[in-house]
Amino acid sequence: MDEICREIRRLTVECIGSVGVGHIGGSLSIAEVLKVLYFDKMKVDPANPKMEGRDRLIVSKGHAGPAVYAVLALRGFFPKDWLYTLNKPGTRLPSHCDMNKTPGVDMTAGSLGQGFSCAVGVAIASKIKKDKATIYSIIGDGESQEGQIWEAAMLAAQKKLNNLIAFTDRNMMQIDGYTEEVNGLGNLAAKWRAFGWFVQEVDGHDCDAISEAIDKAKKKRSRPSMIILHTIKGKGVSFAEKAGPGCHSMSVTQEDVAAALAELQ
Amino acid sequence: MEMRAAFFGKLSEMMEQDERICVLDADLGKANGTMKLRTKFPERAFDCGIAEQNMASVAAGMASYGFIPFITTFTPFATRRICDQIAVSIAYSQQNVKIVGTDPGISAQLNGGTHMSLEDIGVLRSIPTMVIFEPVDEIQAAKALPQIVAHDGPVYVRLFRKEAPTIFSEDYEFDLFKADKLTDGADVTIFASGIMLKKSLDAAEMLKAKGIGAEVVNVHTIKPLDAETVLKSLKKTKCAVVAENHNIIGGLFSAVCEVAAQNLPVPIIPVGTKDVFGEVGKLPYLFERFGMTEADIAAAAEKAVAAK
Repeated sequence: MDEICREIRRLTVECIGSVGVGHIGGSLSIAEVLKVLYFDKMKVDPANPKMEGRDRLIVSKGHAGPAVYAVLALRGFFPKDWLYTLNKPGTRLPSHCDMNKTPGVDMTAGSLGQGFSCAVGVAIASKIKKDKATIYSIIGDGESQEGQIWEAAMLAAQKKLNNLIAFTDRNMMQIDGYTEEVNGLGNLAAKWRAFGWFVQEVDGHDCDAISEAIDKAKKKRSRPSMIILHTIKGKGVSFAEKAGPGCHSMSVTQEDVAAALAELQ
Repeated sequence: MEMRAAFFGKLSEMMEQDERICVLDADLGKANGTMKLRTKFPERAFDCGIAEQNMASVAAGMASYGFIPFITTFTPFATRRICDQIAVSIAYSQQNVKIVGTDPGISAQLNGGTHMSLEDIGVLRSIPTMVIFEPVDEIQAAKALPQIVAHDGPVYVRLFRKEAPTIFSEDYEFDLFKADKLTDGADVTIFASGIMLKKSLDAAEMLKAKGIGAEVVNVHTIKPLDAETVLKSLKKTKCAVVAENHNIIGGLFSAVCEVAAQNLPVPIIPVGTKDVFGEVGKLPYLFERFGMTEADIAAAAEKAVAAK
């Protein structure tokens, strides 16, 4: 495992452990894509988080806040100490991503489906401004049960938003169980292709594969891109992985934190 | 001139000067008169198709980039259908999106009950930071636009689409956050919004014939309510009628009562739909059907005066 991804996971577990409960599964599953984006691809300036013309990331599965905060802290958007204030009174790091509270968060999300539409709006805005920014968005596979995702998918294709690169965290799980048992998404790649997107599927825990897919997506000049990340919910932390769908949001004790830190060395 | 032509005509002028303004439709560009904006401003005026939820959040995304998007559709779809998108993508996220709903309440007429937003003010009024504005004529609608654009935050414009009787003159000094007193009276106040203002002025004439002085106040901005003007008038008349094209739960009547209850409890009688759904029909029938005629307002005023 990539060392930065390991560190994102350590900080995510510590951050959730400091409050005792949180959305650990869907945070750990996206560590690699967050690393690739913030450390390799995105044009951002931690000293000037609102920089005009920057690349932006809209994490539509807003409950992955803890992982987003970990990568932002590592990238220097704010001090690491902040991570231990997660969900505590007056914190700037709430459960779900909030653009008005956390430096580096580009859009508020939490009510599923909405962040992705916002990303489409951001991509349209960037086109009007002609600032050549790349707009990234991460959605959940469970989140893709929201009709709004597909409304946004249609408009993005209609508007030929080739500056929009989206990822689906395809971990096959949601709160009530496995996605295919709750309300099956079936062949997601075929669905996105049918909606007019350029679609790739990669191992969501392989940084090189994610990086290559992004480069390939950037070469597509006429369509928005969907990169389906095949992931494991709770990846890298045994107690979370073992919990299956139960790791969406679970209690994390100090013993759990110690065990996770040991295996993430 | 029709209200839609006045409003979007003025907006078109403003779009020429202000490159931040955008207009998004949900397949009602023809109905709302926004189609020609697309020819004039092909990048900033476009159709999102029949997908209002997406339109609301797309607008929020554009606002995060510094644009001022106006999203437009019929009132029920502009409010109750996208309530969560307004609450989260727009209001909670502090995005400067303007929401224009047309054909409010019973003015949906032949589109019938499904299209009659009689709860839209109630739905949006309970979302923090929302400004709710309902113009009564083309002059007020056009005068309001620069102030709506200048206000940094979400504004819901509840716009009657067709031609409305002209109430205000060109030299009228409009303030988005100030209610307007139209007639002086010492016996009863009639607070009125939208298409109920003309009815209220007619009711005041009927009351005058009976020796009752009615002070008619146009509350064009329902939220934030101009409590100062409301209380000033109530202090004088000590009773009121609230006439609105909305359910009597959650709208202007509720807003006025909330202020009165805490500051100056006096009898206040509502005229509006009485917690029932709308139905298909032309306006004259619907005013009768729901007890919203000038005679109903006058009767309510007499009741209020008697209850003092």
